[in-house]
Amino acid sequence: MKNYETVIGLEVHVELATKTKIFCSCSTAFGAKPNTHTCPVCTGQPGALPVLNKQVLQYAIAVGLATNCTITQYSKFDRKNYFYPDNPQNYQISQLYLPICRNGYVEIETESGKKKVRIHEIHMEEDAGKLVHDEWEDVSIVDYNRSGVPLIEIVSEPDMRSAEEVIAYLETLRQTIQYLGASDCKLNEGSMRADVNLSVREVGSQEFGTRTEMKNLNSFKAIAHAIEGERERQIELLEMGRKVVQETRRWDDNKESSHAMRSKEDAHDYRYFPEPDLVPMSISKQWIEEIKKHQPELRPAKLSRYKKEYDIPEYDAKILTESKAMADLFEATTAICGKPKKVSNWLMVETMRLMKEKDIEADQLSFSAENLAKLVDLADAGTINSNVAKDVFAKMFEKDMDPEVYVKEQGLATVNDEEALKKIIQEVIVANPQAVEDYRAGKQKAIGALMGQTMRATKGKANPAVVQNLLIDYLK
Amino acid sequence: MNHLGTKVVDENGVKHNTISDETMEYVGILAKLELTPEEAKSAKKDMEEMLDYIDQLNELDTDGIEPMSHVFPVCNVFREDVPFEHDGSVDTLKNAPVTKDGGMKVPKTIGE
Amino acid sequence: MSEIMALSAVEIGRKIKEKVFSVEEVMRETLSAIDEKDHRVKGFLTLEEKDKLIKRAQEVQSQIDDGTLTGPLAGVPIAIKDNLCTKDLKTTCASKILYNYLPTYSATAVERLESAGAILIGKTNMDEFAMGSTTETSAYAMTVNPWDENHVPGGSSGGSCAVVAAEEVPCALGSDTGGSIRQPSAFCGVTGIKPTYGTVSRYGLIAYGSSLDQIGPVAKNVEDCANILEIIAGYDEKDSTSILREDYHFTEALVDDVKGMKIGLPRDYFVQGLNPEVKEAVLGVAKVLEEKGAIVEEFDLGLVQYAIPAYYVIACAESSSNLARFDGVKYGYRTQEYTDLHNMYKKSRSEGFGAEVKRRIMLGSFVLSSGYYDAYYLKALRVKALIKKAFDDAFAKYDVILAPAAPTTAPQLGESLADPIQMYLGDIYTISANLAGIPGVSIPCGIDSKGLPIGAQLLGDCFQEKKIIRAAYTFEQTRAYHHCPMCK
Repeated sequence: MKNYETVIGLEVHVELATKTKIFCSCSTAFGAKPNTHTCPVCTGQPGALPVLNKQVLQYAIAVGLATNCTITQYSKFDRKNYFYPDNPQNYQISQLYLPICRNGYVEIETESGKKKVRIHEIHMEEDAGKLVHDEWEDVSIVDYNRSGVPLIEIVSEPDMRSAEEVIAYLETLRQTIQYLGASDCKLNEGSMRADVNLSVREVGSQEFGTRTEMKNLNSFKAIAHAIEGERERQIELLEMGRKVVQETRRWDDNKESSHAMRSKEDAHDYRYFPEPDLVPMSISKQWIEEIKKHQPELRPAKLSRYKKEYDIPEYDAKILTESKAMADLFEATTAICGKPKKVSNWLMVETMRLMKEKDIEADQLSFSAENLAKLVDLADAGTINSNVAKDVFAKMFEKDMDPEVYVKEQGLATVNDEEALKKIIQEVIVANPQAVEDYRAGKQKAIGALMGQTMRATKGKANPAVVQNLLIDYLK
Repeated sequence: MNHLGTKVVDENGVKHNTISDETMEYVGILAKLELTPEEAKSAKKDMEEMLDYIDQLNELDTDGIEPMSHVFPVCNVFREDVPFEHDGSVDTLKNAPVTKDGGMKVPKTIGE
Repeated sequence: MSEIMALSAVEIGRKIKEKVFSVEEVMRETLSAIDEKDHRVKGFLTLEEKDKLIKRAQEVQSQIDDGTLTGPLAGVPIAIKDNLCTKDLKTTCASKILYNYLPTYSATAVERLESAGAILIGKTNMDEFAMGSTTETSAYAMTVNPWDENHVPGGSSGGSCAVVAAEEVPCALGSDTGGSIRQPSAFCGVTGIKPTYGTVSRYGLIAYGSSLDQIGPVAKNVEDCANILEIIAGYDEKDSTSILREDYHFTEALVDDVKGMKIGLPRDYFVQGLNPEVKEAVLGVAKVLEEKGAIVEEFDLGLVQYAIPAYYVIACAESSSNLARFDGVKYGYRTQEYTDLHNMYKKSRSEGFGAEVKRRIMLGSFVLSSGYYDAYYLKALRVKALIKKAFDDAFAKYDVILAPAAPTTAPQLGESLADPIQMYLGDIYTISANLAGIPGVSIPCGIDSKGLPIGAQLLGDCFQEKKIIRAAYTFEQTRAYHHCPMCK
């Protein structure tokens, strides 16, 4: 078999985090009953006309600037004509001729190092409605709540060569856009969707092979599997001396395979023309500068600042900045209590363990930076021991609360009163003659049982180091 | 597709548009119109004549002329991102020919 | 002849305020005029319920009495072309595909009229989706010309113009994409204005050619039209192509004076193809205005023959997309039996649209299809730019352009549809105003030997409605309004 190289380009759709739809004032909120968030504009009623949501344009420009694009200062919308029931006007308002952003790139990092993935363009468009398939009656039911939710489509150049690079690219885009607050970018909820354009060619070949487009990829896992499967399918065809057909294929996550979406009724001739119901956008240099000025600090800048300003290991900085919500929490907590390494430990160890356990994202964390800072201080000062601190944190994680108040109310402060401890230890020694004998006979481990008894008697509040020292003294 | 129409030259040296039946069918797919054979025949003739007529535009030199989609150079008409909270479902479904479970019912679309 | 119905809209409004008659009396007269004549004219497709109208008349009366409503149209009945959405009143575009459509909102222009106290009587017949020049492509009714029932009223706003001419209502709204207000106004002997693009909001106007469509008034005279336009015009944040103008005071131009006004007569409009009687009548307007002190000059406008082909490419392309939404899913007609989704689309649309609409959708889809976009659509947009430039040059020299509204008077019923291109040629004098976005007014200026009205058209530069209104008003003062034979 020849040696093949995979060539991949991505079309990534991102739902923008605006309050209203792109061309009408209907809410973009998720989860309402069917067709609640609709009006004449987003349901294609005769005579209704679109008016552009300014925030959509500003988010699109912000994403373009963050991905090193050139902003198109004179930009227009076009109509893309095709019939489908989720598309109420039977045309989608999109951008073909003068998309808002062009010629950008993002830098990705994989095992094999750093690499630039070029962005061909970013354009704005409206999302379609949802089709619910009614198996019982074998029909589909149309819900226009999503119809008109703003999207940007980020079209990359065919610069990726592996699933690993694709996922690194998507992660980078996701982080960047989340940092900008332009979208929550959730693949599983459809606020970020990727179509994969893939072709294969012999290593060393300068020409591209025929590509296929893969749709319906709802997770990184599906993307990785689809890329692997499509690569193998195409290589197999070529090895058999057959040709790859340029087509759109639909990934089936359950079957872990794809099938061609072929229909005589889909001519893929979209008859684009400039949208006559909308006027062009003219974006001045000042406006671009203004948006640039208000851009939040993005991840690469944050990374280098963390290393410098907080003196934490690069590993910590990378993990903390993976999501903006986590980085914000880190910064807010540190601003109150200092001790960046300690705060970082709390976030990276306990917080992330519980997030994984509860299957939640950083932006869903409910405890405040103030209370985390208090907890860090309590633990650091030895007011509570580390086991107690973890328990208190678990409570805080469930439901935000003031750890100082809780520790006081529950009487969880560490017992450092040596006289009181000595009394308890005497009682423990009297009650456990066997363990005392074993220890004195040279079984060092026996002290563990005595410590456990002492800690239990103090309800875990004793400082373990103090207990150990006192025990050793007594048993001499 | 760009083999939709061809031009033939008649005995007087005048170019005429001819449109094939396949082209008519293709345009029918784009426009979602299904014409009866008679309708298709007359539509084909009408379209050929209209295209001949429209070809007059080629007499004009339009090199360097910017295509004008809007008459006035108005730009930047925006809405602020302020939601209008309402339940539009009753109005949206009011005119729908067939509905079910709060949505319009259509022939099944899965597997398209 | 009904005394009230013979009056203009503004006169009716004035006499209501002077308590010469009540709003309810006007309403009852209107309803009986419709009752008496519309079975012949067939200008209305839908009428508001009588009880509702009487109730509305009483409401408006009390708002006039308590001083809430003071405008010139308070209490005046008005008819609305059936491509303007009217909340809870059936709106069909004269198409089977919208046979039962009940809009859930009203067009901005309609809302503005209602808040000014005008009373919506009903919806008027038109060419299906405004595609036609005779109102014969309507799926529902064959409106006739009240001057001669064997002739068409013109189109596409044929219903609106016919019911005004027949004095069933004092005034109406129409829409004009290629002459659809000005040409039927001429054929029916009434006055109609197509304003500058963007002057009247298109929100709620069911689109034919979005870049060309404008809503405008139809009435017995220029004063009525100026008053109606003043009410419906205005910036609308719901229409992105609506223009915020400096001046909407069109009635200020109702001045009998054209001294020093420069009027251009395009030589290339007065050539072969123009009916001699029409030519004579329009030149008669020039003569009258000259006598009133205007400076009239002939000039070459140029590009006249290219307006129609450019128009059909642009209008059909836009309409092929605008009319895609009629698919049997959300509203209107859905075919009875179908095998799958695409079959449902095709059957619903093929059964729901008439021949002319299908013809234009096919042509529009073709010119936008892959490989043809540049050759046809972009070419047409370039020609549009040239035509606009030709008008810019003309208006650098002239205040208004005087032209016929149509090459002939109203053709006989059934005469036009057989040859589409011939029918399209009838729009030669009106179509370029839509491409250039400029305003135009059509005014009656004579009667031909067959007894049919002749219309003249005055075109102005963008935003110069006041100039054409002044010229039209000045001419109108020299000529009495001619009531159609049906009203004598």
